[in-house]
Amino acid sequence: MGSTTDVSSRQNGPALTQEEMERAYKNMLLVRRFEEKAGQLYGMGLIGGFCHLYIGQEAVVAGIGLAMKKGDRSITSYRDHGQMLVAGMTARGVMAELTGRSGGYSHGKGGSMHMFSKEQEFYGGHGIVGAQVALGTGLAFTSAYKHDGAVSIVYFGEGASNQGQVYESFNLAALLKLPCLYVIENNRYGMGTSVERSSASKDLSKNGAPWGIPSRKVDGMDVAAVYQAAQEGMEHCRSGKGPFLLEMETYRYRGHSMSDPAKYRQRSEVDEMRRTRDPIESLKAEMIKHGIDESFFKTVDTEVKATVKDAAEFAETSPEPDPSELWTDILVGE
Amino acid sequence: MASPILMPALSPTMTEGTLARWVKKEGDTVRSGEVIAEIETDKATMEMEAAEDGVLGRILIADGTADIAVNTPIAVLLEEGEDASAADALDLSAKSSNTASPAEAAPAAASAQPASPQAPVAASTAHIAEPEWGETAEITVREALRDAMAAEMRRDEDVFLLGEEVAQYQGAYKVSQGLLDEFGDKRVLDMPITEHGFTGMAVGAALSGVKPIVEFMTMNFSLQAVDHIINSAAKTRYMSGGQMTCPIVFRGPNGAAARVGAQHSQCFASWYAHIPGLKVVAPWSAADAKGLLRAAIRDPNPVVVLENEILYGKKFPCPVDEDFVLPIGKAKIEREGKDVTLVAFSIMVGVALEAAEKLAEQGIDAEVINLRTLRPLDTETIINSVKKTNRIVSVEEGWPAAGIGSEICTVAVEQAFDWLDAPPARVCGLDIPLPYAANLEQLALPKPQWVVDAVLKQFGD
Repeated sequence: MGSTTDVSSRQNGPALTQEEMERAYKNMLLVRRFEEKAGQLYGMGLIGGFCHLYIGQEAVVAGIGLAMKKGDRSITSYRDHGQMLVAGMTARGVMAELTGRSGGYSHGKGGSMHMFSKEQEFYGGHGIVGAQVALGTGLAFTSAYKHDGAVSIVYFGEGASNQGQVYESFNLAALLKLPCLYVIENNRYGMGTSVERSSASKDLSKNGAPWGIPSRKVDGMDVAAVYQAAQEGMEHCRSGKGPFLLEMETYRYRGHSMSDPAKYRQRSEVDEMRRTRDPIESLKAEMIKHGIDESFFKTVDTEVKATVKDAAEFAETSPEPDPSELWTDILVGE
Repeated sequence: MASPILMPALSPTMTEGTLARWVKKEGDTVRSGEVIAEIETDKATMEMEAAEDGVLGRILIADGTADIAVNTPIAVLLEEGEDASAADALDLSAKSSNTASPAEAAPAAASAQPASPQAPVAASTAHIAEPEWGETAEITVREALRDAMAAEMRRDEDVFLLGEEVAQYQGAYKVSQGLLDEFGDKRVLDMPITEHGFTGMAVGAALSGVKPIVEFMTMNFSLQAVDHIINSAAKTRYMSGGQMTCPIVFRGPNGAAARVGAQHSQCFASWYAHIPGLKVVAPWSAADAKGLLRAAIRDPNPVVVLENEILYGKKFPCPVDEDFVLPIGKAKIEREGKDVTLVAFSIMVGVALEAAEKLAEQGIDAEVINLRTLRPLDTETIINSVKKTNRIVSVEEGWPAAGIGSEICTVAVEQAFDWLDAPPARVCGLDIPLPYAANLEQLALPKPQWVVDAVLKQFGD
């Protein structure tokens, strides 16, 4: 099977239902506001170390989230807050992990880059670029071994797509026909190096072609296009045909991490993307066209603000982990 | 409502910075995400974005002001339509936060800083008595390892083996002989030569509910996968606050084989024993191999099993009891003695036992400890022995620097200093890449005579 790579926007087919649009909008707005708040808390010194914001890329997780079924697993890099919120992890638990408090998902021992939820089948949060691709292939291995019908969503950036283990993983997933949906979030910059300067491959969606991994290039700023492509990919995986690859053309508005002065791109490029391609504004415009009332947006806005405010308060007031936590969770049974 | 805009921390180490330039001026409308100022941090000049929509009501810190502490109010943001006088009502004192500058935070922190809790005291290993396993049969280490995997795969369907040439080829060193026939290709999987990828895959599988045994053709190739062993397998339980479990075994021949040169002849004992979150075992005999590998497969943690190619073909008596298993974390006294303690693991146990025979000829009665487990180290057995013999010599094939022997000697000095009649000594492989030439290779690896010489030196000879 070859790859289909000439599709850069949504194909003909059913658009999102009203319920799906509303769900996607809520999720995207939650991620946006959550990340803005995280940025503020970082500025206030309440969040330390590295903090990588997802702002701009919301359509990717929201669209894939719509296509996921209960039991599906997901795993990503350190730019992970969006994936976690869409996976159903609580804003409180995630924010409190960012502030390093006992109420965080890892009791403050993981931080922004290392968070997990067994309950929501979210496997991290990984700080080593590309490691999650091999690990995610293993999540799909478990599905094949146990015949549990789940698909594993493996997110990685275009920067990670140059790592050797990505191709070792492609080979394994194709050989073993693993139900693995690989999602390249191509936000154009791996830290400060543009994709043109880091990848000899000019079309990342074709990077699985030598292993016969079918793929699509997707407008990652259009949540409906993401959803449509994710459905196709997940159906392929679930039917036992092996892995599928999606390249999401997306964009991050903020720096690589909070301490990135972003001198490698023009401010006008960011402003232009925000003005013309913003995934939340685009969906909102479409929803208004579909006759969804302004009151819906007001209500969601209020709800999301309240959720994020509550999460921030929780994250600021949750106590720091007890010193005894130093020595727990190193080994099972001790 | 008017709200202060605070001097932001824009890097993990920033405590103060310079307000290089205001991009917006008083009275300008700003949108969330718009650049309002440029801030010089300790690392770079950064653009500061507005976090909320509003009007820049009042600028409190002028362009070019240096040494502004993080969280100092630098401006006031008004809601649209709000009068600038609303700023007057604000409390504009700097907010306290975690990033109070080190200078002011230090005195308070010094007195308030609680002492780090001590590591939990390791449970005593003395009570772990090895039961009598009764009847034994002579089998090779190779057979013992295979039998261990087969027994555990029969016992638990979630256990499977993957690695290079483990299935159809029956194992590069024939350790997995017969397993494909018994368990089929869903549970005995040949892997392409991609250690980084298949080890990561196996760790991901372990995290999500199955129990892989990863065979490295030799442990040298585990270097290709070392990131997944350490960063993915060993640390994830901790980083997840105890949510994730990683029941996985990494096994394969470790250390020097015979005439295979530097890249294929290296001991990884101290590498892996260094890592919290891992357990490490190193069997010597067939009984060690079978009992420890079974325990490793059952263990809910990541366990590294360091085997030895030269021992694969050696025969030892091994219990035939179907339930035979050994505890991880418990050393075995292979030979009792009263004059000196020799501590060894893997193939060096044989070297230490030979040395003990030679020493006996000279009237020195050596006790030989087979460590079996390198992490957690059974320090209790070592210390009890030193208190009896008053001398200790460690024996390992690996290099001296930061080696297992360094750890053992430190433990002896820290915990049994008053009992020592001589400085602890290490016997190690020479501190060189292992050469190919037969004579040079022989000169590089520890011999029983090296151990004898180290002991005699302790007796002043």
